[in-house]
Amino acid sequence: MECVFGLVGNGFAIVAADTSAVHSILVHKNNEDKIMVLDSHKLIAASGEPGDRVQFTEYVQKNVSLYQFRNGIPLTTAAAANFTRGELATALRKNPYSVNILMAGYDKEAGASLYYIDYIATLHKVDKGAFGYGSYFSLSTMDRHYRSDMSVEEAIELVDKCILEIRSRLVIAPPNFVIKIVDKDGAREHAWRQSVQDVTTASV
Amino acid sequence: MHKIDDHVACAVAGIMSDANIFINTARVQAQRYTFMYQEPMPVEQLVQFLCDTKQWYTQFGGLRPFGVSFLFAGWDKNYGFQLYMSDPSGNYGGWKAAAVGANNQAGQSILRQDYKDDVTSDELALKVDSTSLTSKKLELAEVFLTPLGNVKYHVHSHDSLTKLWPKHGVTQPAAETS
Repeated sequence: MECVFGLVGNGFAIVAADTSAVHSILVHKNNEDKIMVLDSHKLIAASGEPGDRVQFTEYVQKNVSLYQFRNGIPLTTAAAANFTRGELATALRKNPYSVNILMAGYDKEAGASLYYIDYIATLHKVDKGAFGYGSYFSLSTMDRHYRSDMSVEEAIELVDKCILEIRSRLVIAPPNFVIKIVDKDGAREHAWRQSVQDVTTASV
Repeated sequence: MHKIDDHVACAVAGIMSDANIFINTARVQAQRYTFMYQEPMPVEQLVQFLCDTKQWYTQFGGLRPFGVSFLFAGWDKNYGFQLYMSDPSGNYGGWKAAAVGANNQAGQSILRQDYKDDVTSDELALKVDSTSLTSKKLELAEVFLTPLGNVKYHVHSHDSLTKLWPKHGVTQPAAETS
């Protein structure tokens, strides 16, 4: 039921993920941030087994930081994506991680890029990608409306179209989404799309 | 002189058997990095890894250090062309020009005098060893960028070396019968 999708625009990459944390029929919380900031210019949007998701993305983030501390230079998005894939591949035939990842990054030489990494260590460099049941709707919508070199406003419009499609057509659609963006100025949160906010009883 | 990876080569001075182990270790490490990151290993990281190994042998186990000094030459996209010199202690430094092995002090001082930022590789090599030079006594190798942007390692052949002598005004001793 977890929905993660993303696309590459003109000098930026954008990823969106739903923010519900679900266990069986219970929604633990609906503001769970599943898009981790890997370093100043990289984002990982992850979906899958919650424990694995957090464990694995933190592991990747710490290794990326360690590389930068040791060597004084950051990893490129491509190198980070290949490292991540390698870790998934190594664990695959022993104790696999059930995590799907969209890695978005900006490098000075390569520009903005998006990498699709699934739980069995497939790696693809893509212009648009998606995971989960929501991908049936978001990928089709992106296929219809995506053009290369979209502006941020156009990309957000497309992201909103995808969220609308997921909300209206997926049987147990997640109510809230977070959108994050990465460009030459860095990786940052762009917006939330909330249709249900946490209800707290008013104090008397 | 040995090629470690497409973008890194090294020259060795010292005990050749020790050097061979090291060169193999360097080659394996460079490939390991490329396997993990799908990118060529940055030159300094490779040098640092090897020097960490050398240092280990000076501190633990009661084993003797490796009797080799290296000159590493390579190119990466972070710092462009680089030259590193390392010794048996595991110390290393980046250099514009360096010499290791026999008469290395003499070599260093000649380089210090004659090095300019725009000097070419053939000029320097011939200056340093112009006493009793024949093309069979000198090995000249270059790490350079092709017009397409690929890094290439090229070792000059005996013939191309012989052609370089008159170009740089080095008088060649009478040809030896080999």
